[in-house]
Amino acid sequence: MTGPKTLYEKIWDAHTVESREDGTSLIWIDRHLVHEVTSPQAFEALRAAGRKVRRPDLTLAVPDHNLPTTARRDSAGHRIAIKDPQSAQQLAALEKNAPEFGIRLIGDADREQGIVHVVGPEQGFSLPGATIVCGDSHTACHGGLGALAFGIGTSEVEHVLATQTLQLKRSKTMEVRVEGELGAGVTAKDLVLHICGTLGASGGTGYVIEYTGSAIRGLSIEGRLTVSNMAIEHGARAGLIAPDEKTFAYVQGRPYAPKGADWDKAVAWWKSLATDPGATYDKVVVINAAEIAPTVTWGTSPEDTVAIGGVVPAPESFADPSKQEAARKSLAYMGLTPGQKMTDVEVQNVFIGSCTNSRIEDMRAAAAVVKGRRKADNVRWAIVVPGSGLVKEQAEAEGLDKIFIEAGLEWREPGCSACLAMNPDKVPSGERCASTSNRNFVGRQGPGARTHLVSPAMAAAAAVTGKLTDAREFLA
Amino acid sequence: MKPINHVAGTAIPFGAKNVDTDVIIPAHWLKTITREGLGKGAFEAIRAEEGNIFDTERNKGAPILIAGDNFGCGSSREHAAWALLDMGITCVIAPSFSDIFSGNAFKNGILTVVLPQEAIDRLLVVAVDQPIDVDLESQTVTTPFQDRFTFEIDPFRKHCLLGGLDEVGLTLSRDAAIKQHEAKIAADLPFLATASAA
Repeated sequence: MTGPKTLYEKIWDAHTVESREDGTSLIWIDRHLVHEVTSPQAFEALRAAGRKVRRPDLTLAVPDHNLPTTARRDSAGHRIAIKDPQSAQQLAALEKNAPEFGIRLIGDADREQGIVHVVGPEQGFSLPGATIVCGDSHTACHGGLGALAFGIGTSEVEHVLATQTLQLKRSKTMEVRVEGELGAGVTAKDLVLHICGTLGASGGTGYVIEYTGSAIRGLSIEGRLTVSNMAIEHGARAGLIAPDEKTFAYVQGRPYAPKGADWDKAVAWWKSLATDPGATYDKVVVINAAEIAPTVTWGTSPEDTVAIGGVVPAPESFADPSKQEAARKSLAYMGLTPGQKMTDVEVQNVFIGSCTNSRIEDMRAAAAVVKGRRKADNVRWAIVVPGSGLVKEQAEAEGLDKIFIEAGLEWREPGCSACLAMNPDKVPSGERCASTSNRNFVGRQGPGARTHLVSPAMAAAAAVTGKLTDAREFLA
Repeated sequence: MKPINHVAGTAIPFGAKNVDTDVIIPAHWLKTITREGLGKGAFEAIRAEEGNIFDTERNKGAPILIAGDNFGCGSSREHAAWALLDMGITCVIAPSFSDIFSGNAFKNGILTVVLPQEAIDRLLVVAVDQPIDVDLESQTVTTPFQDRFTFEIDPFRKHCLLGGLDEVGLTLSRDAAIKQHEAKIAADLPFLATASAA
């Protein structure tokens, strides 16, 4: 293909092994992240077929979903057994499969352990311009570095392990251009929740979205990872943000990052990846950053967003009859009434963590709000879960752990935690949680749990007031 | 995977929109290390209700599910496809599917049929008491009332589904091309060609 190309098309073309007439291409995969939940059946299938892992050096395994966020070793250094036998079994399977197939494993108590989508960028394993996959839909996260990264199912995990490629069809391209400046106290999370509300949960289906515009360029790498992380919540296969000087500065010096002459070559190539002037997208959506307020969700789909100053919508206010019906069900599940002010909604739980918001900046933003304040009495459970052991170390070096603990919040070990109810961190049925995670689905944080998606600063503000709160009230 | 061509019989007129993978199979069911037995957990929250649509005498074990827009959105868990298969569902008809779910369904020999909302609305009415017939070879969905809807499907997927082909085996047969690309990456993009923590 000649002529001007988008960032997506450039990465795609550089990774095409061969294209067939039917429109399917065989795509080379540069980096593969593996965790304990979606890989056991893939390794089992390889074993059954007598197949090997083609490029074990391009794969990195990290357990995250099942791990309790409490201590994993006792004072003598012995493993504290995971109580749930099934969770323990999945961890054991990864610990057996990785070495057996020659794959590097970051262990459950290693200081680099964390959520795969935090660990990949942090280690420099995830690189701009790379194709990155993982059996987890939030792999879209790595697109914040300018990598083509997307979630795959277990059969595809097996396919990548065996062949280091995937059979894929080229996606359509969408540009989501966010121009202008975000207001004070408005964060990357508010921005992406606003995009979810604008596009809808299926608005990006069939597309790879490139986020562009001055508001996106203005975000830190942590913020860009947050935005791209939730590309999947508006249905997109992947999100992309063009790598720039901020990206190079973030990547340089990390353990797996290129070094010496390779580094110079890498930067030169990364600079060439930006969408060419004159390249066209299949769809363009323009958003004015100045119109975005701190945003929360009221329903059970990430598209159910409203500004914190707003009210719970009436189902009749939606044009689409099926959305009206979905909204009625959501409100019944969430225990909310149309017209109710979002700032009147009380929460009993606060979760600060997940692959969306557990990097150091997220920890700092939450700590800035709770510093010198106390958790409200009606908040039963408030936990802060750093995304990796290295984030935890950094936060502790900055004294953030003490700020949280003094405010009455718990400071935990890294993992997926209360994002998805696969480990002991769950929200009780009927209770509400202000959560920095990415999904407010029915039962996501535990059967009957009611999730309100928010930014780290907003979650921290909710912990202090006991209600959904505009975090800007706490800005110094 | 088993070859699939013709699916005929009871279709569950579910119709819900944005059915996410946590609804299809909640996370606590993902702790298994095998692919079997997940049908018990399929649509767990819905099926906890008395008289739910999945457990009626008529719908139990039905091979076809009719759903709303954006079916299978959310997580990449292939357990959603395994759970449907374990329930006996081998064909899902909806106005749209999440990209990852439709890929997972395909890899397990589940046929995902995309039809416009008007066709779905009609099928939801018919399916209440009539069987539905889906034919992959001719790419048609028909009812006993002479309804006939044609659907599009990627030719490669169709070929694989009809033949029950093993995709890993197919790709491994392209080894020469893969090796060539691997060498090209090593030459042109050496920083991507390997991953080591020096």
